[in-house]
Amino acid sequence: MTTIEDRALANAEQRQRRRRLTPGRIGAWVAMIAFLALSIFPFLWMIRTAFSTTRSLPSDPTSLLPVDFTWGAFQRVLGLGTQAQAIAEGGSGASVNFWRYLLNSVIYAGAVTVGQVFFCSLAAYAFARLRWPGRNAVFGLFLGALLVPPIFTSLPNFILIKNLGLLNSLPGMILPSFLMAPFAIFFLRQFFLGINREIEEAASIDGAGPWRVFFRIILPMSTAPITTLAILTFIGTWNDYFWPLLVGNTENTKVLTVALGVFRSQTPAGSPDWAGLMAATLVTALPVLILFFAFARKIIDSIGYSGSK
Amino acid sequence: MSANTIDKPTAVRRRPRSESSQTGGRSELKVALVFIAPALIGFLAFFVYPTIRGFYFSLTQYNLLGTPKFIGFDNFVKISKDPLFWNAMGVTIEYVLLNIGFQTVIALLLASLMQRLTQSTLLRGALLLPWLISNVIAAMLWFWLLDYQIGLANVAMEWIGLPKVAFFANEFWAIPTMAFVNVWRHMGYTALLIYAGMQTIPKYVYEAASIDGSSEWNSFWRMTMPLLRPVLAMILVITVTGSFQIFDTVAVTTRGGPVNVTRVMQYYIYQKAFGEGQFGYGSALAVVLFAILAILAAVQLRMLRAGESDLG
Repeated sequence: MTTIEDRALANAEQRQRRRRLTPGRIGAWVAMIAFLALSIFPFLWMIRTAFSTTRSLPSDPTSLLPVDFTWGAFQRVLGLGTQAQAIAEGGSGASVNFWRYLLNSVIYAGAVTVGQVFFCSLAAYAFARLRWPGRNAVFGLFLGALLVPPIFTSLPNFILIKNLGLLNSLPGMILPSFLMAPFAIFFLRQFFLGINREIEEAASIDGAGPWRVFFRIILPMSTAPITTLAILTFIGTWNDYFWPLLVGNTENTKVLTVALGVFRSQTPAGSPDWAGLMAATLVTALPVLILFFAFARKIIDSIGYSGSK
Repeated sequence: MSANTIDKPTAVRRRPRSESSQTGGRSELKVALVFIAPALIGFLAFFVYPTIRGFYFSLTQYNLLGTPKFIGFDNFVKISKDPLFWNAMGVTIEYVLLNIGFQTVIALLLASLMQRLTQSTLLRGALLLPWLISNVIAAMLWFWLLDYQIGLANVAMEWIGLPKVAFFANEFWAIPTMAFVNVWRHMGYTALLIYAGMQTIPKYVYEAASIDGSSEWNSFWRMTMPLLRPVLAMILVITVTGSFQIFDTVAVTTRGGPVNVTRVMQYYIYQKAFGEGQFGYGSALAVVLFAILAILAAVQLRMLRAGESDLG
C-alpha cells in the first residue's frame, strides 16, 4: 500500500543512515549476522553430513566438508544401493520404503491443499459477498474453531475415522482437513472483501449468476492470495506429524515425517546412521525448500498479514 | 490500470444496488448454502461434533474396543491424584516458560534489528528457513548436532574446555534443549510477525521523540513496546497455545525420558489414550489442557488489553 514516494523517501533515509557507521550499528550487525548464522548453519551441517560416510564421521567431527565424500547415504535412503554397500558405509542395511512414503506425503499434502483451498474459497465468497441471514453469526462460529486445540479434537476424530472404517488409509488422513480450515476461510474472506464490488455488479447486470461471477471473476482475480494460501497449507500439511501418526502409522500409509521418526529408531544399537538420517531429512525438507525459494516473496509478505489476525 | 474503465460505468450502475438495498435486498440464502455446504459439513463433522464428543468421552471409561461407559467425573478425580499428570503439567510449564521467554525476547531483538538495519527480503527469508522445515526434521537435526559422542556442539565444547553434555539424555538439560530447538525453529517467524507489527507504528511518533532528544533505548521502551502491545498480545496467545501442545520434538527424540522429565502433557495424553488404551482418561486430560489454554488466552488478552491501542 506504500506509494512510490513513500518508498523513495524510505530508501533515501536508509541510505543516509547507512553512511553513519556508529559502534552501535556495528554491534547490531554483528548480532544480526550471529542470528543469521544460527539459522543457516545447521542446514549446511545437514548437507555436509548427508554426503559423508557414517563410519568415517568420528574421525573428523569438525570438518566443514563432507568426511569421505559419498552419495551412499542418498542411495540408502532412496533404496538404490546394495545392502552390502549400505552396511559397509555404516547403514543398518534395512530396506526403507522411501518412495512409498514420499508418494504418501505428496498425496496427503496435495489432496488436503486442493480440497481445503477450493472449498474454503467457496465458503469465503459466501461470507464476503452473498447476502443471507445469520451470515456473521455463522462466520463467528467458524472462527471459534480456531480456539479448540488440535489435540482436543484429534482424539474424537480418531474414533470417527475408525468408525468410518478409514483408519490407516489415506482418505482417513485427508478427510478432516479436506473440507475446511477456519484460517483459510478467514484469510480468503479478507481478500474477497477488498475486491471492488462494481465489477461483480456489472457482471450480474449482464446476467451472470453467483457461480459465474465466482468462477469467472472472483477466482481469476484472486490467484495471488490463493497461491499464497495453497503454499502455506501445503507446507503445513507436509510437516504434519501428530495426525498422520495417529491414523496412518502403517507401512502403506506412512508419510515422510512419520517414517523419519522410525528411521531413527531403526538404526541398530550403537552409533546411529547419521549420514543416512541427514540424507533422509534433507530429501524430506527439499520439496518445502524448493517451494520456498520459488515463492519466497509471497510467503514472507503473507506472514505479517496472517499474524495480525 | 483499469481504474478508468471501471469507474465510468459506476455512476450509471450504482443505482440498482441502492434500490435493492432499499427494498431490503433479496436474500441469497439458497445460493449461499450451496457455497458453504462443503465447509459447513467439514465444520460440523470434524470440529463441532468431536468437540462435543471429546467432553463426553472425558466422562467415560473407554478402552477403544468396547463402548464408552459413563462414569461421571471419576476421571477428573483420578487426574487430581495422578502424580504423572502433575509431573506432566510441571514439565510442560517449564518448557513453555523457557520456550516463550527466550523466543519472545530474541524475536523482539531480531525484529528491532531488522527495523534498524535492513529491509532485505533475502535476510528475512534466511531467518525464516528453520520455520519451514517440520518439527520432526528440526528435532532430528539438533539430535545430531547435540549428540554426545560426535555431535558438533559437544566436540566444540570439549575443545574450549567445557565438560560434555548429553543434552537430550540429561535430566536437567532435556527440557531446556527441547525449548532451544523450538526457539531456533520459531525465532525468525516470530520476529517477522513482530516486525510486521512494528511497520504499523507511524513514523511521526519516532520523529517527534528524536526531536525531543529521546534515546533509542528510551524510544523502544516508551513507544515501540506500548504501541506494539495489541500485536504482541495476539502473538503471545498464539505462541503460548502452540507451545503447550509440544509433542513432535519429544516423540521423535526422548519419548518422555529420561525417567519422566520430558513427558509433556500432549505426550502423556497420547500415551494414555493410544499406548495404554485409556481413551476416556486421555480425553479427560485433553479437557484439562483445553481449559488451561482457554483460561490462559483470556488472561493474556485481558492483561495485555489486546483490544485497545495506545495510539490516539
